[in-house]
Amino acid sequence: MSILEVRDLTVTFPGGIQAVRGVDYAVSRGEVLGIVGESGSGKSVTSLAVMGLLPHNAKVSGSVKLHGRELLGMPESEQIKVRGKTISMIFQDPLSAFTPVYTIGDQIAEAVRVHQDVSKAQAAKQAVELLDLVGISNPDVRARSFPHEFSGGMRQRAMIAMAVANDPDLLICDEPTTALDVTIQAQVLEVLKTAQRETGAGIVMITHDLGVIAGMADRVLVMYAGKPVEQGPVDEVYYRPRMPYTMGLLASIPRIDGEEGPLVPIEGNPPSPAALPPGCPFAPRCPMRIDACHEEEPGLVTVGAGRQAACLRAHEIEHRGLTGADVYPVPVIPAAEVVRVPREQRPTVLELNDLVRHYPLMKGAVFKRRVGTVHAVDGISFDIAEGETLALVGESGCGKTTTLQQIMQLEAPQSGRIVVLGQDSAELGKAGRKALRRDLQIVFQDPMAALDPRMPVGDIVAEPLRAHGRKNVDAKVAELLTLVGLTPDSAERYPQQFSGGQRQRVGIARALALEPRLLVLDEPVSALDVSIQAGVINLLEELKNALGLSYLFVAHDLAVVRHLADRVAVMYLGRIAEIGTVREVYDHPAHPYTQALLSAIPLPDPETERNRKRILLEGDLPSPADPPSGCRFRTRCPKFARLGAAEQRRCVDEEPLVAQLANADDHGAACHYAEQIEVITASENQEEK
Amino acid sequence: MGKYLLRRLAINVILVAIAASLAYLLAASSLNPQVNFQGRNPPIPQATIDKTLDGYNMNPKTPLLERYTTWVGGVVRGDFGKTWEGDSVNEEMGRRIGVSLRLLLIGTVLGSGLGVLVGAFAAIRQYRPSDRMIGVGSFVIMAVPVFVMATILILAATRLNEATGSKLIEFVGEYSPGLTGWEQFTNRLVHLILPTISLCLGQIAFYSRIQRNMMLDVLGQDFVRTAMAKGLRRRTALFKHALRTALIPAATYFAFAFGTLLTGATFTEKIFSWHGMGAWLVDSIHQHDVNAVAAVSTFAAVCVLVAGFLSDLAVAALDPRVRVS
Amino acid sequence: MRNKVVLRRLIRNRNTRYGLVGVAVLLLLAYVGPLVAPYGWQEKDFTAFMEPPGPDHWWGTTQTGGDVFAGTLRGLQKSLVIGFLAALISTGLAALVGATAGYFGGWVDRVLMWGVDLLLVLPSFLIIAILSPRLQGGTWLLFVVLLALFGWMITSRVVRSMTLSLREREYVLAAKYMGVPGWKIILRHVLPNLSSLLIIDATLNVSGAIITETSLSFFGFGVQAPDVSLGTLIADGSGTSTVITYPWLFLFPAGVLVALVLSVNLIGDGLRDALDPGSNP
Repeated sequence: MSILEVRDLTVTFPGGIQAVRGVDYAVSRGEVLGIVGESGSGKSVTSLAVMGLLPHNAKVSGSVKLHGRELLGMPESEQIKVRGKTISMIFQDPLSAFTPVYTIGDQIAEAVRVHQDVSKAQAAKQAVELLDLVGISNPDVRARSFPHEFSGGMRQRAMIAMAVANDPDLLICDEPTTALDVTIQAQVLEVLKTAQRETGAGIVMITHDLGVIAGMADRVLVMYAGKPVEQGPVDEVYYRPRMPYTMGLLASIPRIDGEEGPLVPIEGNPPSPAALPPGCPFAPRCPMRIDACHEEEPGLVTVGAGRQAACLRAHEIEHRGLTGADVYPVPVIPAAEVVRVPREQRPTVLELNDLVRHYPLMKGAVFKRRVGTVHAVDGISFDIAEGETLALVGESGCGKTTTLQQIMQLEAPQSGRIVVLGQDSAELGKAGRKALRRDLQIVFQDPMAALDPRMPVGDIVAEPLRAHGRKNVDAKVAELLTLVGLTPDSAERYPQQFSGGQRQRVGIARALALEPRLLVLDEPVSALDVSIQAGVINLLEELKNALGLSYLFVAHDLAVVRHLADRVAVMYLGRIAEIGTVREVYDHPAHPYTQALLSAIPLPDPETERNRKRILLEGDLPSPADPPSGCRFRTRCPKFARLGAAEQRRCVDEEPLVAQLANADDHGAACHYAEQIEVITASENQEEK
Repeated sequence: MGKYLLRRLAINVILVAIAASLAYLLAASSLNPQVNFQGRNPPIPQATIDKTLDGYNMNPKTPLLERYTTWVGGVVRGDFGKTWEGDSVNEEMGRRIGVSLRLLLIGTVLGSGLGVLVGAFAAIRQYRPSDRMIGVGSFVIMAVPVFVMATILILAATRLNEATGSKLIEFVGEYSPGLTGWEQFTNRLVHLILPTISLCLGQIAFYSRIQRNMMLDVLGQDFVRTAMAKGLRRRTALFKHALRTALIPAATYFAFAFGTLLTGATFTEKIFSWHGMGAWLVDSIHQHDVNAVAAVSTFAAVCVLVAGFLSDLAVAALDPRVRVS
Repeated sequence: MRNKVVLRRLIRNRNTRYGLVGVAVLLLLAYVGPLVAPYGWQEKDFTAFMEPPGPDHWWGTTQTGGDVFAGTLRGLQKSLVIGFLAALISTGLAALVGATAGYFGGWVDRVLMWGVDLLLVLPSFLIIAILSPRLQGGTWLLFVVLLALFGWMITSRVVRSMTLSLREREYVLAAKYMGVPGWKIILRHVLPNLSSLLIIDATLNVSGAIITETSLSFFGFGVQAPDVSLGTLIADGSGTSTVITYPWLFLFPAGVLVALVLSVNLIGDGLRDALDPGSNP
């Protein structure tokens, strides 16, 4: 018996925007249904429609039955008895999802009191118990904190506590871990699993992350342009997709256990919900399209036990056993010339030596005063050889962005040295700095924020050229736009008229305008959808090889790093924990932090996900204003916990430095007890062997 | 914390000192109190005028710097000198602050309170007829300057009095002389009606626009949706979560309004003949009353700074995000 | 593209249409009206004192036989010019100071913001009241400058805080990292992206300046005789006994003033809706 049955749900917004165009699904007790889709696929709108939380101007039709009772069109007085009681929802961004002026405890207690006839004191007590349930330490103290005093992971735990307060039958989770770092994501997913076990609720898990779904879901529903295009048991869909979109999606994801080399991109962009193409909305991007695809939109048809796909050629795909790699052309990227020279013989383009950057920590907006020092970057060293990509990875707060800003400012650091192309930043004059900027350029994370919305793309790309007094600007702009795969006539349009991937290409074109030698990439693909990401990653790889560039690539997504980088440096609390070639660090990580980081990343592979042994970290990142003594990682280190007291002493007293590992060429770790192990695919069984 | 407050206090004292000195120097150099005594019948001898003005430290024949030093010496001891008629500026100021308070307190509380309610209501009913009516109403009211509004009210009240053939609404001064006890009290209330309306209307219009915008900003936020997802009624979610949060920015305006309340009602005081602080500013300039001008200006500067401090405190009280733990 | 969208949203807004029509009608009245008016604003008709509106004197006459229609139009002209000029100057000043302080930060910021604080504390009413009657000789331009000088501080604070967040925007950082000098970044990236705020502010400053001007003139601290503004006209007509016996002296200039302020405010509000993508048209 299913708890929730959604039939032919459609949602239309004013202006004829069809956000959801006929969604069907059912969820049973204890079942986890995963809904995947890229931004704009209508997956979040679907769940808001189920909750009855869409704005008034949205038109909803179809049927949503909860335990056989129709929810659509129910009067508010009835709806409020269901919301938060039978169905609860967990939202994406837990900071904005809590009212800033009430304490966490009060907000959870409020949820209790809405549906249960208990006293205030009793509700407050329940709130504390709930916080305890989701693993918040000192719950009685923490209940009196305000949302802004919680870390992101703690807020999401509190959100889960609030959602399960009334023992719901169904939990809808809308991108519950998207805003979190991977190690925290692993913790929160664990809490969700616990909450499900405790309540026996059904879960609808909405996310764009195919890895998260693989580890959580029993069944999966893939959405594209407001409609489900494939649904079925998770193993079936992941291992034997029957719809080209699903196939492409699975093939385009960068994986930490994947091979290096080009990714499989899906060409084009998702259609705008206001202007859908006739026929199958995916047809314009589909490598398997035939004429019939443009004529009529295919409905979901059964293609096996308990699974459906919306593709005219689904049966053919099944018959021939096609996979994403078979139908999507894999681009060939020619290798670079420079890399033939051994690394030691290539010139160094960037060198950081013991770089330090501390900030004053201010507190209070009204009574502002300095209360401490943030050790944002606390002595890091690395170098980049010509033609090489070094990735700087770490979770938020590790200091990678500060490092990047220090490099880009080209000014004397507080302490240590920054040497760009042989020039020490501390010795640069004004003219020298400007001249050096030609060789050092940057591509930013958010392609919307990085382009001035009031300038046409042509002017944006021309800005660096004009700033350095170049001639023939227009011709050069056209050339650059072509180089990054845009048409020269794009120059006249504004950034808003481009999709995310195209905007990022504009950003790359601007960075290349002055023919730099070193390009700093600040999370260049993290704001893009998976299917778009692959194309941009390939472009970056291609440009590097063709133009002989060197990259400093700052990222939090270790899977992307594996595909793009040659070497990787893992940062933790302003220090480098581990550094080395990608192959060494990923396959044989030696620092406990790197090991936890790699093992926390969910793989888009249900089988492996189920059997994988995960190293879960305890707690949150300590404040960079008050880093632990000795090894900064020791407070969360699983290895530290297993050490004897004498060995632990060393971790507490002595800060470990990056030391080369004996059995590798280029691999160092800052751990007193470094020991290489395999974590990515390590399963429980393996461990026992 | 203590250090911070001290620093802030020091900066504010400097700012007030500069403002006060500038006001005094400007007034003392360009106003001429002699005109108050000249052209009288019988004429007052120049020597007497000089002597009187010397006594008040107001004689333009004394070098500016000397007068300024004398004035500063007094102010430091807390004495703002004498008015052109020889009364103590301090006493006059105390009296007038009382008048202004009696006039403005009700109006400001009523105006800001009603304004917030009207604005919140309009935001919840965005684009419905009631919202549009409130919008049009506040637009028209905000386009009417106080002195026009007050005059219109007087016109209307006179017509009303004529129509009813009685003195239903009185609008000159604080109260009619010759009454005592309960009668005086009700008479005072009657005198308050028109000035209070003229003060309130503008404030209601202003605050309702501000509060409506703040509310609309908050209404679309995720936490209102969360509150509804918990099972709260829309109305409860709006009042308990949205309005409470949207009050934070409005509070800065309130605090500011209360801080500057005492000098803000020049027109209302002048037109309805209340001898408060606002009216004094205009009167003292007209009367070339140098010390009074300087005193009112200093008082106004202090008010602005206190208001700024009040609005910071209000935000800290309402918003846990800026509170120091 | 964007401008077209804004324009469309602006025209679609009913309030804005009323506002635009209102301002157009008042402009026409102020500058074409005197050409068709039977009397000049300085002309005195000694056969008609305190005459109510009639076929000869459309809006009646004053106690000295001046024509209220002609006088009001003259006052309207003055108020319009003073309002628009003062608004332009004060918004420009606010934009420049706010953006400079916000972008460069450090001591530049501290000095400029200290200046702003000082100007806020200074008794602006007193300064204008004392100085403007002494600025006689047709130099009402100085009066405009005085009005503008005390009207930009709050906006400049807003501009500054918005610049602080714009400064961290990636396109500004990108320009900085490619070696574009600070003043150019302010002109090319910061101010254009604040244009919505500035346009709205300038519009609302027009009505603000008009109200301040008329208020000061009402007390005799603004525009000086023999010249007139709406404020001086209203002051002449608004003594308690005058307004009851000769209401036209008050009602016509007051009506014109309210219409002017209302129209300008309506345009400002429409602009806010049109330029702010978050709001519905």
